[in-house]
Parts: sequence; structure tokens; C-alpha cells
Amino acid sequence: MSSATATAHREERAYHLPEEPHLHEGHSTMLGFWMYLMSDCLIFAILFATYAVLGGNYAGGPGPKDLFDLNLIALNTAMLLFSSITYGFAMLAMEKDRVSATQGWLLITLLFGGAFLFIELYEFSHLIHEGAGPTRSAFLSSFFTLVGTHGLHVTFGSIWLITLMVQVARKGLITANKRRLLCLSMFWHFLDVIWIGVFTFVYLMGMLR
Amino acid sequence: MNEAVHPHDAHGHNDDHHEEGAHGSFGSYMIGFGLSVILTAIPFWLVMSGYLGDRQLTAFVIMAFAAVQVVVHMIYFLHMNTRIEGGWSFMAMMLTLVLVVITLSGSMWVMYHLNNNMMPHEQMNMDATQEMRVMHNMSEMP
Repeated sequence: MSSATATAHREERAYHLPEEPHLHEGHSTMLGFWMYLMSDCLIFAILFATYAVLGGNYAGGPGPKDLFDLNLIALNTAMLLFSSITYGFAMLAMEKDRVSATQGWLLITLLFGGAFLFIELYEFSHLIHEGAGPTRSAFLSSFFTLVGTHGLHVTFGSIWLITLMVQVARKGLITANKRRLLCLSMFWHFLDVIWIGVFTFVYLMGMLR
Repeated sequence: MNEAVHPHDAHGHNDDHHEEGAHGSFGSYMIGFGLSVILTAIPFWLVMSGYLGDRQLTAFVIMAFAAVQVVVHMIYFLHMNTRIEGGWSFMAMMLTLVLVVITLSGSMWVMYHLNNNMMPHEQMNMDATQEMRVMHNMSEMP
């Protein structure tokens, strides 16, 4: 008797929903993108850990005090912070469906991001010309890897930003473009959060060594 | 361009309740920006002027400023709270935070002790340098 009910149950048992849930397109994009950012955060955590371990190994070469120019870093930090707030303004304009205002703020964000990259590349080329390239010591290897990875993220963020500006220009602020812009917003602000770690642990703490 | 569709309701996504609260207002962005400027400027000033004198104290203070600024960015720019996406974003962030803390503190702890035991001439441990000056030559191997 009991085995008969068990068989009956087995036939009824279903391993999938009888009907697909009606979720609107992109309903899980934000959460998924947040997961990506968290995994990216782990990459940076490892690079920070590497720098924390190797940051004192100068191999008889120059240390942070000989190399870093805090005025330049302060300027760089300001560029990234300004780009964060202007991206925020772009999001506010986007919510009001104002296409030209959104595009304008995105362009300003791009200019600040570009300025940040320009200053960073200037710093890197300056270091390499002084003979303090990534091959000089473990300190410089880990420094270039950490700061360079962040710079690479900003570079790809800028490419993404240009792509979305073209998209918005062609299709307007459609739902899909809004979703993409919100993802980039998270990415861009996330990079600013990482930069807080970089300027604190690498540059400011470096000057205190 | 969507004026006709959403004449009054600027958001037009009352049903998309999971996105509600995921956006900031002009005021919240400006508060976040203002706080960020202050929390960035003070550490730079502390280090550039050497106001506190003591290096360890300065390092501790600027780390505290960085931690606060990260929280400010999370709240005002990334609009993080415990409710969006049914709390899953917050959960993922907490897991990441735990992993980051383990990675960072673990790496530094292990490597510090390794340096302590194997490389007594490291600048990190001045006490060990003096105690083990005898061993200094041995560790100078390339």
C-alpha cells in the first residue's frame, strides 16, 4: 500500500516549473552584474595582498618616497571623483528621459576619465624613464600590476562609455540602454571605490614608509 | 521622448519594485560627493603636511578615512542597502568582504611571520633587525 502511493507520487513529481515564470527582460541583470563586480573585487583584493606582501622589497632600488608625487595623485583622485559625480548626474538626467542632458554628462564623465588615464600614463612613463619600470623590483612589479589593472579597468570602462553614447545617440534612452547605463554606472563607481584603496594603501601609506 | 507614455510618472516603473530605491537623487549625490571630497582631502593633507607627526598614527587614521569613504561611496553612489534585489546584493557584498578580509589579513600575517623568521633585515621589523644582526650576512644572499 505504502509502496503504491510512493510510485504514484513519483509519477507526479516534477523537476521543472510547469510554466516558465514571466519575468521581464533583464530583471536579473543588475544582480548578475553586481556578482561580477564582487568577483572583480576579489581580483583586486589579491593584487592588494600581493602589493602588501611585496611592497617593501625594493631590491636596492627606489622606494615610494623617491618615486611618487602626491600632488599628481591628488589631481588624479580629483579627476576620478569628478567623473563619479558627473556620471551620477547623467543617471539623474536619464531617469527624467532627457537624452541630450544624459549625453552631455556622459561626455563630461568621459573627459574626466580620459584625464585620469592621461595623468596615470604620464606617471607610468615618467617612472619607466627614470629606470623604475615594472622589472626593477618586486615593489615596482606589484605596484604596476595593481595600479595598471585599475587603469585597464578605467580604459575598458571608457570604451564601454563611448559605445553606450553611440547606442543612446542611435536608439535613444530605450529600456535596454537604460539598463546598460545603470550597469556602467555601477562599474564606474566601483572603480572609484577601488581607487580609494589604491591612493590610501599604495600612495599615502607609501609616503609614510 | 517618452513623454506621451509617461505624462506624469517620471519613473514609470511602479511595478518594477525591485528597482525602487536603486537610484539616488540630486541631493544624495551631492551629499556623497561632498563627503568624498572631505574624506579624500583630509588624508592627503595629513600625509603631505605630516600634521600628526607619528607615522603609525597617521597610517591608522588614513585607513579609517578610507574605510569610511568606501562606505560613503557604497551608500550614495552605488545605492547599496540591505533591501535591493531582496537582500542578495548585500549578501554577496558581505561574502566578498569576508573573503577580502581573509585574503588580505591572512597574506600579510603569514608573510610577516615568514619575513620575521627568514629575512631579519626587512625594514618591516626593526626589532628583529637588531636581535639578529649576527644572521644578517646569511640573509644577504641574492
